[in-house]
Amino acid sequence: MKISISKIIIFSFIIFSFLIFWQGLKKNNDYDTKNLIGNKISNFQLIDLNNEKKLITEEDLRKNEYTLINFFASWCSPCRTEHEYLLKLSNKKIRIIGINFKDKKSNAISFLEELGNPYDFIGKDKNGKISVLFGIYGIPETLIVDSSLIVIKKYIGPIDQNQYDEILKLIQ
Amino acid sequence: MLSNIGIGLVVLVLILSFLTIYAASLDLKTSSQSIQRGIYKLSLYQTTFTILSFFTLIIAFINSDFSLINVYENSHTSKPLFYKIAGTWGNHEGSLLLWINILVIFSYLFLVFNHKHNKKFRLYTLIFQNILILGFLFFLLLNSNPFNSIYPIPREGLGLNPILQDPALAIHPPLLYVGFVGCSIYFSAAMASMVSGYGGKLFAQSIKAWVQISWCFQTLGIIVGSIWAYYELGWGGFWFWDPVENASLLPWFAITALMHSLIVLEKRNTLHAWVIILCLLTFILSVTGTFLVRSGILNSVHTFASDPSRGIYILLFLLFMVFSALIIFFSTYQKEVYKFNLKSRETFILANNWFMIFFLITVLIGMLYPIFLDVLTDIKISVGPPFFNIVIIPLVVPFLFLMAIGPNFSWIKSRNNNAYKILFLILGAVGINLLISNFFGKYSLLSNLIFIAAIFLFLHLFLDIKKFINKKNRFELPRIISHLGFGLLVFFIGINHQFSLEEDFNLKVGEIKKTNSYEINFEDIKITKSKNYKAIIGNFKLTNLKNNVVQYLGPEIRIYSNPETLTYEAAIKTKITSDLYLTMSNVSRSDYYNIKFQNKPFMIWIWISALMITLGGFTRLILKKNEN
Repeated sequence: MKISISKIIIFSFIIFSFLIFWQGLKKNNDYDTKNLIGNKISNFQLIDLNNEKKLITEEDLRKNEYTLINFFASWCSPCRTEHEYLLKLSNKKIRIIGINFKDKKSNAISFLEELGNPYDFIGKDKNGKISVLFGIYGIPETLIVDSSLIVIKKYIGPIDQNQYDEILKLIQ
Repeated sequence: MLSNIGIGLVVLVLILSFLTIYAASLDLKTSSQSIQRGIYKLSLYQTTFTILSFFTLIIAFINSDFSLINVYENSHTSKPLFYKIAGTWGNHEGSLLLWINILVIFSYLFLVFNHKHNKKFRLYTLIFQNILILGFLFFLLLNSNPFNSIYPIPREGLGLNPILQDPALAIHPPLLYVGFVGCSIYFSAAMASMVSGYGGKLFAQSIKAWVQISWCFQTLGIIVGSIWAYYELGWGGFWFWDPVENASLLPWFAITALMHSLIVLEKRNTLHAWVIILCLLTFILSVTGTFLVRSGILNSVHTFASDPSRGIYILLFLLFMVFSALIIFFSTYQKEVYKFNLKSRETFILANNWFMIFFLITVLIGMLYPIFLDVLTDIKISVGPPFFNIVIIPLVVPFLFLMAIGPNFSWIKSRNNNAYKILFLILGAVGINLLISNFFGKYSLLSNLIFIAAIFLFLHLFLDIKKFINKKNRFELPRIISHLGFGLLVFFIGINHQFSLEEDFNLKVGEIKKTNSYEINFEDIKITKSKNYKAIIGNFKLTNLKNNVVQYLGPEIRIYSNPETLTYEAAIKTKITSDLYLTMSNVSRSDYYNIKFQNKPFMIWIWISALMITLGGFTRLILKKNEN
């Protein structure tokens, strides 16, 4: 067998692919968002649901000791059950940001008119991309971030009485 | 007890494999024209013992013999008999035994049915096939033994994953295995062809039937998998560009290219090296697909079978296969000179091959790129429908055009000029497309082009059918059926894609939802008990607002006890013109149910046209058999 450039390319490509597969096998493929706790949020920027020109950025998060980020949608019925706890939290020492996940603007507004608006700021996420960056895989989900942008809590599913108490304890 | 019998049989098969390789290498040196009777016997014993070992496992499943770990992990006494049997191949270890069965059975059949061909070629094929068999036997015994026993014997099994308890899925693996593992025989034959120098027309004839058989089963297996996904997964789609679906498409593209270029090799005695490459590629891609799916390197609906230690073994064996194939190929390769006239049938068949390879590479990149990126940079991305749709769908237009005109050219060089006919038929297709868009409503430019191309293909095929009826060249029939099936498939997928309705909302019992064309009334729910599950069945009254036709649909939420799992069963009303599709899922901690309602036009026709593609292949096999 004569050695030629095309043969060298073919063989190196195959060896390269096999090394990649070999490495890939050793990797842990389980997707787990629990790892998010303790991580710092980066590249944070949201566009206001009502006003396209208004933005919220990392700087706004730094101003508060704690910020609660809640992912919600009008079509999500468990979001209704946690809404009362968010309302109760809205007059406490915590800033609440809502991220409206894959929703129609008009539906989101009537949802809040019906149940009350606990949010200091509502960011829109029409196609769900921002939520994916936060490691969200279903809504409702809630994050609590401190002033140095570190995620300190993450709740998957609607907030209930126990979690509400936990949050109160944290911010006192 | 069954454990010992099973392992004993597998070890016997292993010994017979070594003996076959040894006897075949001895026989290569003798001057006799025919293969020794002893080799036939060895191969026959090997086949018998392999089948027996598989039956041993089936018996263990039927009797719920939980002394076998495999039965304990994948079966349960309360399961219906049919699913107990299907459970045999519904798991990694059992399906590997089925894999080996097909390797061995094909090895024997190829030896017996190809008696007219060169002795050296057949012996080498047998040797290479047995090397493959040995590789998978060692894998089975060392890593994935379905006959491993467990002590103390558990009283009850863990049960089979409920979403696998479905008739379509019970036959899906055996079909795919005949299709994908069947490719092994012409992998071995291609290796043998290179080593023994038995090439050209005769080689094409020796593998033709095997290529067609495995093509038919691959196609059918993929369709059945798609039907299962539609009925069982409850997403309302039939193709998701899921990694496993993609893994099954890779060898399918290669084998479809092979089936076409094999005709050129047979008729014109050229393209030998290319046919060899496709033979090797088809099986290598089958094993690669198995590796990607079974090792857990990809996440998808088939992750029931993931385990990294398996991955390492398959990967090493794959590396061995690819390297030996490449080294033999390069050391025996002889340059061929191709002289094809542009206006000849072989040129168009080659065009088919270029398209197939383009599709193959697209899907391969879509599958491998995320893995490469993840390993090299830790960035996780997912390549989904948008990528495949953008890259593949526009190419379908020229593909359909070439598919229509190609078969009308004759071999070597066509004398007649088809230009007027083509122009006339294009005008016809544009006209019909205008009528359709008038009837259904407007659609995008790309859809217009696709419909025109598909109709252009239909018009050509109608002329072909006319010609076929006059001339009675029956070997044109399979081609007409398959190509018509493909054209119809593209056509109906296009219509389905353009005019599907989808609504997603939450309802409580007693509530009514109105959409543009339907009123959906959630009347009540009832709870029923079945042998191995409990079901919550919703009662929905659907009123078509256009003609006031009322229909009742009952989607289910099933709670399986062993293993404890929730599954959502879609309620589907199939009619000739459209499918109504309704799923319901419970929303935790509330009275609401999430309802997904879809109206999908011509769904049944998508299945029918896909099945036509396969039917063409089977027709060819039947015609061929009658000819002999």
